[in-house]
Amino acid sequence: MTNSFADFDKAKMFFVIGSNMTEAHPVAASFVKNAVNNGAKLVLVDPRRTALADFAVNHMRLRVGSDIALLNALMHVLIKEDLYAKEYVQTCTVGFEELKAAVESYPPERAEEISGVPAEQIREVARLLAANRPAMLIYTLGITEHTCGVNNVLSCANLQMLLGNVGFECGGVNPLRGQNNVQGACDMGALPNVYPGYQKVTDPAVKAKFEKAWGTELDDKLGMMMPAMFDGLIDGKVKGMYIFGENVANTEPDIRHVEHCLESAEFVVANDIFPTETTRFADVIFPATAWSEDDGTFTNSERRVNRVRKAVNPPGQAKPNWWVFKEIATRMGHDWESNSGQEIWDNEISVLAPQMAGIKFERIEHDGLQWPVPDLNHLGTPFLHKDGCFTCGLGNFKAVEWTPPAEVADDEYPLVLSTGRRLYHYHTRTQTGRSGGLNDLLSEETADISLDDAARLGISQGQKVAVSSRRGRVEVTAKVTPQVPPGMVWMAFHFREGCANWLTNPVYDPVSQTAEYKACAVKIEPL
Amino acid sequence: MATAKLRLNGNEVEFTPGDTILQVAWRNGVKVPTLCYLKDCTPTGACRMCLVEVTGARTLVASCAMPAAQGMEVFTDTEKVHRARRLAIELLLSSGEHNCLLCEANGECKLQEYAYEYGVSAGRFEGTAKHYPIEDSNPLIIRDFSKCILCGRCVQACNEVQVNRAIGFGYRGAEAKIITTGDRPYDQSDCVFCGQCVQVCPTGALTEKKAKGLGRPWETKKIRTTCPYCGVGCQMWLHVKGNRIIKVTAVEEAQPNRGRLCVKGRFGYDFIHSPERLTTPLIKENGEFREASWDEALDLVANRFMEIKEKHGPDSIAGVSCARSTNEDSYQMQKLFRAVIGTNNIDHCART
Repeated sequence: MTNSFADFDKAKMFFVIGSNMTEAHPVAASFVKNAVNNGAKLVLVDPRRTALADFAVNHMRLRVGSDIALLNALMHVLIKEDLYAKEYVQTCTVGFEELKAAVESYPPERAEEISGVPAEQIREVARLLAANRPAMLIYTLGITEHTCGVNNVLSCANLQMLLGNVGFECGGVNPLRGQNNVQGACDMGALPNVYPGYQKVTDPAVKAKFEKAWGTELDDKLGMMMPAMFDGLIDGKVKGMYIFGENVANTEPDIRHVEHCLESAEFVVANDIFPTETTRFADVIFPATAWSEDDGTFTNSERRVNRVRKAVNPPGQAKPNWWVFKEIATRMGHDWESNSGQEIWDNEISVLAPQMAGIKFERIEHDGLQWPVPDLNHLGTPFLHKDGCFTCGLGNFKAVEWTPPAEVADDEYPLVLSTGRRLYHYHTRTQTGRSGGLNDLLSEETADISLDDAARLGISQGQKVAVSSRRGRVEVTAKVTPQVPPGMVWMAFHFREGCANWLTNPVYDPVSQTAEYKACAVKIEPL
Repeated sequence: MATAKLRLNGNEVEFTPGDTILQVAWRNGVKVPTLCYLKDCTPTGACRMCLVEVTGARTLVASCAMPAAQGMEVFTDTEKVHRARRLAIELLLSSGEHNCLLCEANGECKLQEYAYEYGVSAGRFEGTAKHYPIEDSNPLIIRDFSKCILCGRCVQACNEVQVNRAIGFGYRGAEAKIITTGDRPYDQSDCVFCGQCVQVCPTGALTEKKAKGLGRPWETKKIRTTCPYCGVGCQMWLHVKGNRIIKVTAVEEAQPNRGRLCVKGRFGYDFIHSPERLTTPLIKENGEFREASWDEALDLVANRFMEIKEKHGPDSIAGVSCARSTNEDSYQMQKLFRAVIGTNNIDHCART
């Protein structure tokens, strides 16, 4: 997030796109609802009538995967009607002419054809956004989990820059992170292209810095992203795989393919707290400490590094994950000094990652600090690119063209499957499925379908149905709901039985390698 | 912003126009008891505990709802004030079944605390308690209306704080009761089990089912931590007795959640105590897992990685880190891959 959660209840305007906040980020959503109750306006962009729709002044129910057409059309109107932030665009950004040329071919009437959102509604929203600045743009995986995910994100940024909304309190581009420490895992360099603090592995100066710090030679070529790793297990490029706390056999698209990859591995190691569908494929499993059994930090969506603390002892012989990695390093001939979460953070991470230089455990005893925190006196950064002064110099408009999802509905598979999370569960239920009560509140997966499709297909509420795609078939209970528009089936990935990922399409954004979880073609039959 | 002045218990204090008397008092370290006041919500003046004397006012005033005014003279601790508070407590005690012995809220009940502080016991007024059956048909929250003092904090938490709009006041007069739509149990209502109502309930009317009987407040220690679910990073107190988390509550005044939690954060803590936890290293032999010592398992992994690296090069090993574990764990794993194995083949599920 460029901005902070503290901005939410003070904001005057929201543009929420591809984010079912009330279920996936309920506390963040509560602040948005507070703002609306205090007079803020909310534009919701989502195919489904999610709970936030009750608070929206305008709900654009676009077709799955038509975001860029819609966003380009909003920008088309802003430019055509001379409503964009001219001075900001002139002084703070580059690339406006290219953007203007690109969105020229997205008049609202064309966007209506692609997205299903009426042209007049698009014009209304553009005018609303122009009249209420700054707006906070909030997005989640409805933007990123497409083959055009990166372009979707660029489009969101384009819109906010065109409105002059980046660099101010209660503005910005704000992706809500789905997992407690997905921000932190990125910050820490658990990525194939960067060291901790987003320092490029291909940069010779960075390489030299880390070689000195770690006392060893390092490689300067990019590593593999996850999809390439899995495919590598089949073609033999990858022999050994180490999977730490991820249940990839349920969370990756096309479960049959993922399991085939894991079966093909020569050697698999797993750290986990429970046996999972994934650890079945391991040759060695290390029992790890869980949340509340070890000291460390998580970094939230607003870049806030927060303490997590040990409250209870781990069961049996379970050990901290950092200890397991250290022990393996020792056995492979490397002696690492740091011997606790605090030592790793204070003596290594905050020394090596410039954004974290001012964060030490003693400074985050209470509320955490939001990076960048360049020195020990710095109080953290609640919002980035202050006053439109972008960290990279000038904000860079990147004009993008709309592309449809890789697989669209056809005669054989006439419905679009879109997937996501539900309120009462988290991921593959390794945690929520073992927490008393949550399973009682939601005990099975459902296929959520519209009243229209239910009537047309003769499916009644609660009836068992088969949902199939080119990858697989699941049998689940039908949930007939006005939330879902005609032509869509909506499912989650919480339950192994009926997991949407038996059906999802393993196609990826070419840059981010994020899978298109939000769109594939399916058919549904009553059983 | 312009400041104004009033006299509080004889001392001149400053305030900002718009402050209530209660806010001014608390900011100046003057204790004023409240049962119904909920920060950042519309004051309701329902409980009559925060009554204070204002010179020239016709009656005692509810300080939570009365704006401070320039030159006002306020007394928070007079005999008249105490008499009124004692009466309010007596009436509240007589209106319900406030038996502290078995009450889950014993030790953190505001009514109990004030009854003790003001030396009030039940008995002067004839009991008017309504006998409602205890509602515990849902898995998480117990509702006992015989302990409800109708302060309305739960209603405000639901409507003004979390804005889930599941509960409100129902019926009228002596029949008044907190209800969901159609006065149905929580599990058949619009309730989404964020549990904010439980967190703000000043008595034992709303309590956590999973914590029942597991420990009294004075037996537990509170440890602050960060929620393990979504990326909001809510700050929470773990209430720990022995080696067990018995309850989770939100940290008030902490960023970013400012006293709020959702259903997963508040109730999704006990997975760590599951008997299904992995407790020993496991090695697969002939398709079956067997228990192993740490040394054996660690040696095996280090040796196999060294063999693979030797035979196929460092890039033939790949790692997936965990977006749920700590920064320190992820740092350490990428360091293992880069510095020890010698490859940048390290990723995690941010992209998938």
